[in-house]
Amino acid sequence: MISVYYFGAISLILIGLYAVLVKKNLLKMLIGLSIMETGVNLLLVSVGYVAGRSAPILSEGIGPNQAVDPIPQALVLTAIVIGVATTAMALSVAMILHEKYGTLNVEEIRRLRG
Amino acid sequence: MLKRALAIISLLLIGYWIAQGLAGVPFGQDRMLVAQYYLDHVKEQTGAVNAVTAIVVNYRGFDTLGEVTVLFIASTGVGALLWRRKKQRTAKTEGSIVLTTGTRLLVPFVMLFGAYIFIHGHLTPGGGFPGGATIATAFLLLYMAFVQYEIPHKAFEKVEGAVGVSYVLVGLIGLAIGGYFLYDWIWQDWGFGVDNIGRLLSGGFIPIIYTIIGLKVGTELSGIIDNMLKEEVSE
Repeated sequence: MISVYYFGAISLILIGLYAVLVKKNLLKMLIGLSIMETGVNLLLVSVGYVAGRSAPILSEGIGPNQAVDPIPQALVLTAIVIGVATTAMALSVAMILHEKYGTLNVEEIRRLRG
Repeated sequence: MLKRALAIISLLLIGYWIAQGLAGVPFGQDRMLVAQYYLDHVKEQTGAVNAVTAIVVNYRGFDTLGEVTVLFIASTGVGALLWRRKKQRTAKTEGSIVLTTGTRLLVPFVMLFGAYIFIHGHLTPGGGFPGGATIATAFLLLYMAFVQYEIPHKAFEKVEGAVGVSYVLVGLIGLAIGGYFLYDWIWQDWGFGVDNIGRLLSGGFIPIIYTIIGLKVGTELSGIIDNMLKEEVSE
């Protein structure tokens, strides 16, 4: 039986993927990509969770055996910032496309090319 | 309609596939191998209390350098994509009185909080990346509240370049002293703050690296905000 945390993360990934596959508006596709990214980050963090343990900050009362897996957290920490930067870049591409074609619909943009 | 149905079917297949893969990784069970080593040795090897930042800066410092580079390239890419010969801010509406007054009062504290986050990275949750993002939100507030506000571009470019170089320099000093890139000489050789673990002045070079990363992320995200808010004006 799949855990409810995994279920939430996977369903976020699938919702994002649905938006990327079906939507025609570029901005909506980018929102879908962001949702997907959130899902992947949540999935990574929940893979690192260990039941009944605390955050990996070794202060009073939390020894090396009472902390969850710190590696997925370290990876997600950087992945979030990279995600923000790449989203900003994709958004600026969308801005240029809108300036050039006057629309954000991917099908129309494809038709105009050529 | 057909396309949508096909999309849903393929999504269900992908979801089933991921769930099958995760069935072998039950939730909430201890599977740590490398991480247990890190947790056992993090205090005497790096001097940091927060294992996450020790992994980001010490154990995977080279990786973090790569990630800072990705951020730099993305920020440069935004600048290159939105480049025009003549560009300035064309915002027309001044922020409301609540926004402008709140911004005037809050901006120093938001920046202070960002600095707090990246200086205390080895003790509390946080570090260079969230601290830098917090500082960038201060500049976003200024941009939203005041029509004419612009970041000091010259200073920002200089800071961005200098902190990028100084990350590599810290790594190279480690190479010269200890024999490998990003060697933590402050902790390993000097033993600075050995009886101080858990307080501010410890953690080897983690506070230094995190200050560098925080400034880098802060200036770069502010630059992205600046680029995206400007529009072309006809001469």
